[in-house]
Amino acid sequence: MKIWTTLGAAAIAASAIASTASAKDLVIGFMCDRTGPTSVTGTALCPGYHDYVNLVNSKGGIMGNKVIVNEIDHEYKVPPAVEAYQKFKTQNAVLVSPYGTPMVFALVQKMAEDKIPGTSAGFGTALAGNGERYPYMFPIAASYYSQSAAAVQFAKDQLGGSLKGKKIAYIFYDNPAGREGIPILEKLAPKEGFTYRTFAVPPPGVEMGPQILDITRRFRADFVISHLFGRAPSVSLKEFKRAGYPLNKVVGFVWAGSEGDIIASGGWEAAEGYNTMHFAGVGSDYPVLQEIRDMYKAQGKEEPDAMQYTAYYNRGVFQAAVHLAAIENAVKAKGSADITGTDVRDGFYEIKDYTLGGLLPPLQITRKDHEGGGWVRIFQATKDGYKPNTDWYRAYRAEVRELLEAEIAHTK
Amino acid sequence: MFYRESGEYKTDYKRDMTLYALPISRFSVGLMVLLFFVAAPLLLGEYQLTLLSLVAIAVVGALGLNILVGYAGQLSIGHAAFMSVGAYTAANLVTKLDMPFLLTLPAGGLMAAAIGLVVGIPSLRIKGIYLAIATLAAQFIIEWIINHSPSISGGVQASIEIDRPTILGWKLDQAVELYMFLVTIAAIAIVCTQNLIRSRIGRAFIAIRDQDIAAEIIGISVFKYKLYAFGISSFYAGVTGVLYTYYLGIASYEQFTLVVSIDYLAMIIIGGLGSILGSVLGAFFITLLPIGIRLFMENVGSLFLEPEALASIISQMRLIVFGSLIIIFLIMEPEGLNRLWINIRNYFRVWPFSY
Repeated sequence: MKIWTTLGAAAIAASAIASTASAKDLVIGFMCDRTGPTSVTGTALCPGYHDYVNLVNSKGGIMGNKVIVNEIDHEYKVPPAVEAYQKFKTQNAVLVSPYGTPMVFALVQKMAEDKIPGTSAGFGTALAGNGERYPYMFPIAASYYSQSAAAVQFAKDQLGGSLKGKKIAYIFYDNPAGREGIPILEKLAPKEGFTYRTFAVPPPGVEMGPQILDITRRFRADFVISHLFGRAPSVSLKEFKRAGYPLNKVVGFVWAGSEGDIIASGGWEAAEGYNTMHFAGVGSDYPVLQEIRDMYKAQGKEEPDAMQYTAYYNRGVFQAAVHLAAIENAVKAKGSADITGTDVRDGFYEIKDYTLGGLLPPLQITRKDHEGGGWVRIFQATKDGYKPNTDWYRAYRAEVRELLEAEIAHTK
Repeated sequence: MFYRESGEYKTDYKRDMTLYALPISRFSVGLMVLLFFVAAPLLLGEYQLTLLSLVAIAVVGALGLNILVGYAGQLSIGHAAFMSVGAYTAANLVTKLDMPFLLTLPAGGLMAAAIGLVVGIPSLRIKGIYLAIATLAAQFIIEWIINHSPSISGGVQASIEIDRPTILGWKLDQAVELYMFLVTIAAIAIVCTQNLIRSRIGRAFIAIRDQDIAAEIIGISVFKYKLYAFGISSFYAGVTGVLYTYYLGIASYEQFTLVVSIDYLAMIIIGGLGSILGSVLGAFFITLLPIGIRLFMENVGSLFLEPEALASIISQMRLIVFGSLIIIFLIMEPEGLNRLWINIRNYFRVWPFSY
């Protein structure tokens, strides 16, 4: 009863607003995991998302229309995510943001049927970057294929411009996502003339002494690519340190380098030199983050703790920024806030030169490429936090694309 | 189920064998059929039907686990692994052999049953908490095998996409169609379980649960029936996995982790061990309670909290409320929702008087 009365009241209030100002609320369905197994990410990422949307709303919203974010925490479980999606649908969401690989899988087909676009930054498979196969899902962040290619490029630059005769170790969390970087290495090894070996870390990834001894003593790797999740990255840092391996010869993928991992591994001094890859800028020196801090100050509130964990917080800001940019493009194209999911999907293709002062990579989303180009940036741990080690870059696009197409032909 | 026990006089074998012996029980079954097969699809929207569909899938899984844990008394925490066996069997048959749904559903169940028989073998020697650990091992072993065999798991992130189910050329892609399909399967599962429990096999399960040595002395082959229990329970789990796969359009091992096994155990413990109605109520409870709590918090919380503060508080509070409700329910009635329902029924039977 209560729900219906509140809904009724909301409807009356909404119609009253609509009749006076002709502005319409733009609804986004946002899934999050603040309490499940990936809550370490969610508790920093989700506030970032809300903060950016609030910032835009405080400046008048999207062309005068307020953005409403409805968040549902699904605890990284599939059935609640399905429920959440249907809930968002009843709320007429123009965009839904699923969270987590299995949830993206479970919803991708439904979202295409319902013509509601969504993003899956950092989740799902590399295949999702293919816009022809998944017209309504936008990974917008570099896939593991792209990350692997970028890591090889980084190793090449760090080792003096050539990988001839060099040895690269690939240490990975032993699950399908962890293995996804391997095909690229397989492809690039003959081309660049390096040899590689893979070292699996079984879940839960808190025991990897033997693998790291193997890498440092027996294989004697010239460079290490680390694709670990959860607690594993901090354990790996400790083990590399113990084995005396130089951490500046290690590069981690996007889930292997949050501030939390560095702190858990013994702090910034211990982890000095460690390189990690990111699809959204890390650190606090971005104008948009300053604006968020100012917004909090203007409201007389303290800035949230989540802002210290910039690796994940900034990803929340990144996602929100891309979502709102797509919606804004849709509203502009339509001339009113009366937009559908298809309009928002087309809005993604119109995102150009939009980097929020370096927080976002120069995304170029096309109908074929929903990955946005596969941009990454590498940040290095120093005594006083992360410092950028490279600019936004990408590598071996032809090989990545070739592999993707082969994979799609294989699975369809 | 919903009928009075008194007045059940059996004068011939036919009456003795009927599933719903009394008029009131036939009436209540008819009412349920009307409610879930006619009223719900006509009156409810897509969102509510989605909720009921998720519950229907959970009902099948909970029934299966209740046969094993509640009726046969064999503790298992590997239920989700058998679901994944069913899910991947069906997905592979669809993608590689293009088999229709009517074949993949039993095939998924049978494959899971076969694996379940193997996992059940240790149950002859070990009992209780030790058996639980053996099934836990099965959970991890099956997960590992699926994860590391591209021939099973399709290669790309160990997940296989499939199309929506087609029955005799009719593609089920609307929420109503999927709901009708799932609720039909759930109804079949309920009736099958009712019949199983009153058959020789079901009675043997109960005898083994209550006292396995006594059961053996009266001539029940304990090993055989324990294996039956594992096989049948895994069959239900496999079917649940197939249903999830068709409903979501994908088989992914991440949908069937240990947490899911625990969720199903929670369903049958809260619903009532060794009770069919309990399995159904438990599936409703565990699936819908978090949503109910969220709705309540959103409506009440928004009166005195700002939206962004609410977002983080809701998810934390939901866990706390969920956990404490489970504890309260179990303290109030350790035998679960089924017992609670019986108590309510008994109370109102003599209302307004009392014993």
